[in-house]
Amino acid sequence: MASGDMAASGAGVEDNYLTHSHGFKSWFFTLDHKRIGLMYLVSILTAFFLGGVFALLVRTELLTPGKTIMDAETYNRMFTLHGAAMIFLFIIPGIPAALGNFVLPIMLGAKDVAFPRLNLFSYHLYVAGAIFALASIAMGGVDTGWTFYTPYSTTTNSHVIAMTLGAFILGFSSIFTGLNFIVTIHKLRPAGMTWFKMPLFLWALYGTAIIQVLATPVLGITLLLLIVERALGVGIFDPALGGDPVLYQHFFWFYSHPAVYIMILPGMGIISELVSVFSRKHIFGYKFIAYSSIAIAVLGFLVWGHHMFTSGQSAMMNMIFSALTFSVAIPSAIKVFNWLATMYKGAIHLDTPMLYALSFIFLFGIGGLTGLFLGALAVDVHLHDTYFIVAHFHYTMMGGTVIAFLGGLHYWWPKMFGRMYNETLGRIACLIIFVGFNTTFFTQFIMGSHGMPRRYYNYVPQFTPYHRLSTWGSYLMAVGFFLMAGYLLHSLFRGRKAPVNPWGSATLEWQTSSPPPHDNFPEAPAVGDPYDFSNLEYDPSLPGYRRRGGPKA
Amino acid sequence: MSTHEHPDYLGHHFETPQQQYDSSKLGMWLFLATEILLFAGLFCAYSVYRSNHPEIFVYAHQYLDKTLGGINTLVLICSSLTMAWAVRSAQTNQRRGLILLLSMTLLFGCCFLGIKYVEYEQKWKHGLLWGKRFHPHTEETRSHEKTAPSAVPPAIASQPAPVAPPPPTGEDRSLIEAAPRGPAGLAAGAIEERKPGHEGSRPSNVQIFFGIYFLMTGLHGLHVIGGMSVIGWLLVRSVKGHFTSEYFTPVDLGGLYWHLVDLIWIYLFPLLYLIG
Ligand SMILES: [Cu+2]
Repeated sequence: MASGDMAASGAGVEDNYLTHSHGFKSWFFTLDHKRIGLMYLVSILTAFFLGGVFALLVRTELLTPGKTIMDAETYNRMFTLHGAAMIFLFIIPGIPAALGNFVLPIMLGAKDVAFPRLNLFSYHLYVAGAIFALASIAMGGVDTGWTFYTPYSTTTNSHVIAMTLGAFILGFSSIFTGLNFIVTIHKLRPAGMTWFKMPLFLWALYGTAIIQVLATPVLGITLLLLIVERALGVGIFDPALGGDPVLYQHFFWFYSHPAVYIMILPGMGIISELVSVFSRKHIFGYKFIAYSSIAIAVLGFLVWGHHMFTSGQSAMMNMIFSALTFSVAIPSAIKVFNWLATMYKGAIHLDTPMLYALSFIFLFGIGGLTGLFLGALAVDVHLHDTYFIVAHFHYTMMGGTVIAFLGGLHYWWPKMFGRMYNETLGRIACLIIFVGFNTTFFTQFIMGSHGMPRRYYNYVPQFTPYHRLSTWGSYLMAVGFFLMAGYLLHSLFRGRKAPVNPWGSATLEWQTSSPPPHDNFPEAPAVGDPYDFSNLEYDPSLPGYRRRGGPKA
Repeated sequence: MSTHEHPDYLGHHFETPQQQYDSSKLGMWLFLATEILLFAGLFCAYSVYRSNHPEIFVYAHQYLDKTLGGINTLVLICSSLTMAWAVRSAQTNQRRGLILLLSMTLLFGCCFLGIKYVEYEQKWKHGLLWGKRFHPHTEETRSHEKTAPSAVPPAIASQPAPVAPPPPTGEDRSLIEAAPRGPAGLAAGAIEERKPGHEGSRPSNVQIFFGIYFLMTGLHGLHVIGGMSVIGWLLVRSVKGHFTSEYFTPVDLGGLYWHLVDLIWIYLFPLLYLIG
């Protein structure tokens, strides 16, 4: 993080958190949740870039059957690294640790999270975990897939230990972030902000934090067992020594299924904010959305067995897990219907964040509904380990989480850096990404239903047109991301100065200056209904929103 | 900063010491929950293997030293008492009592690790180790080897040598070859085949028990070391006089952590040593 360019963006005017102090140490050892959030943001975007490059290499290799640019060994490593980097280094810490860290205390009207030192420690753990992961990549990478299934992961000669140790450390970073958020939300809410006056993003982060705290330790012990198994030959997962490899799958998915809700829940929280703000209408069904976050968090713990429908589970277990998997659709659908009802007869403003919110609803709708196909036992036997799965989870993780993350990034960007990005370019980039995404992944649904297996290096010629189209789609997406990187970086230096409240939001973070001062608020903000827009009016001289009857600019 | 009293130990983002204390306490409880879930994985593995292969556990637990395990349980219970007492001393401003009791807790911790070391050494000497390293050579196991020809010789148990798959018996058999030795974890058939052997004969896959034993007690041992470092740190701070009846949060939280470490052992002891 170069502090120089940050300082430049907020130069001149009053003291803010970016200009509060200078130098590498003032960032890397800061206790300020906003700076920690920003450091996370830079780190996860770096990981996203890395994971994206791996993805493009994988897609390029699949342009033709047989060898296109790399051999099969390298290909195995590439898709593993793509998965591991995207999941452990980008999506899981993405919204909670980067955006959540920045926004959560300000939304609460608090000065910081409950344990600022622990927060910094989480970030340092993240860096340490990332170093291990990068070391593994530098030594030649891992070829097991991001799931590290045994017994292959205990016998392959790629660098599994470094990568799993990295994931283990990253897990603890995630646990401490979640712990911090739970305590902050419980103990640091100001007088007047009851549970049901909290913005829905905070409810979502709360649900996420519960999963982070309760599921991640199980991943921790699983990866630890894997490491011990590889290093010492304990044999817990090794059939040759009497162990049970399916037990590994149970352990792994006990974490990794809830982990998909660590990814999607905070995304849903962002969408709840965006839909209400950009429809200028009070959120519909506040309590339903809030409770559905908790319901998803709880149900998410009970469905891990749907990853093992074809691994020799008993028929009874399969049926139970299938039924529970279907039940997750209910709280998810409650959210979608409430968003649609919020938009109904609202004054919809199609600013960039709202375009992402709309994309989210569309893409997550497809991702969620195809999840039901896969939760159905008979269909899953056909679709298991095909491109249909790949398409499904990319629609939920990328079409869901990443799109929501981008919406949140554009929404809070002015608050974080005090600068506005180019709105037209923002909309164009969103459109390009949307089209590119669907081109890439919708074709994969078709391929998968025709039986193209996932993770294969080679394929029969009849799949060539689909793979071609999918690869071109991924290039189109890359164009969209480079455009976005361009205008966002440009805005840091040349962007118009952001007003206090550019979007007309009613949550507390929009009551403090952009960017906020070191202590977040000069004086304690007035807590009100987070979705009551009636006393906000547009002031073209700002240009932005201010309280009706409030002081003129 | 606000005008009302804001003591040194109070973080700038907290309004009152009470708010800070409550937050720390909640944070600690959550952390303890994560610790329990970390162990839960191992407890889960324990239950799966024990319910699928009870004979292994019944047979192998005899090689653990109940006396040493029992003494260690007592040691840890005593250390919990001194720790709880230490917290009380901090609350009532008794600095010397606090220092004495923390030192005693630390001593009990050392004692526990010492005994554990003796136990580990015995296992090591007799080759009663995990998976690959399982090469039993106690007097008793040798004599069993002779009387029970069905037992897997350690040489096979120690290396994953592929055994020829059983020939297919019927039309309905899968074309996929059977694994050299099946995972046998959750499959119902596996339990039928492995009825608990008669007293004394060594069941196959005994190394599973020792693997679980070393994993559970090893992870617990690491937590004891962690807890002792925390207590050592508390000791240094209490010598420096950092804790008063106004501010004793770290002692309180350190105590909670130590009690959890003890509690896990209270479960480990019967589960591993007192089977059958
Ligand atoms: Cu799942």
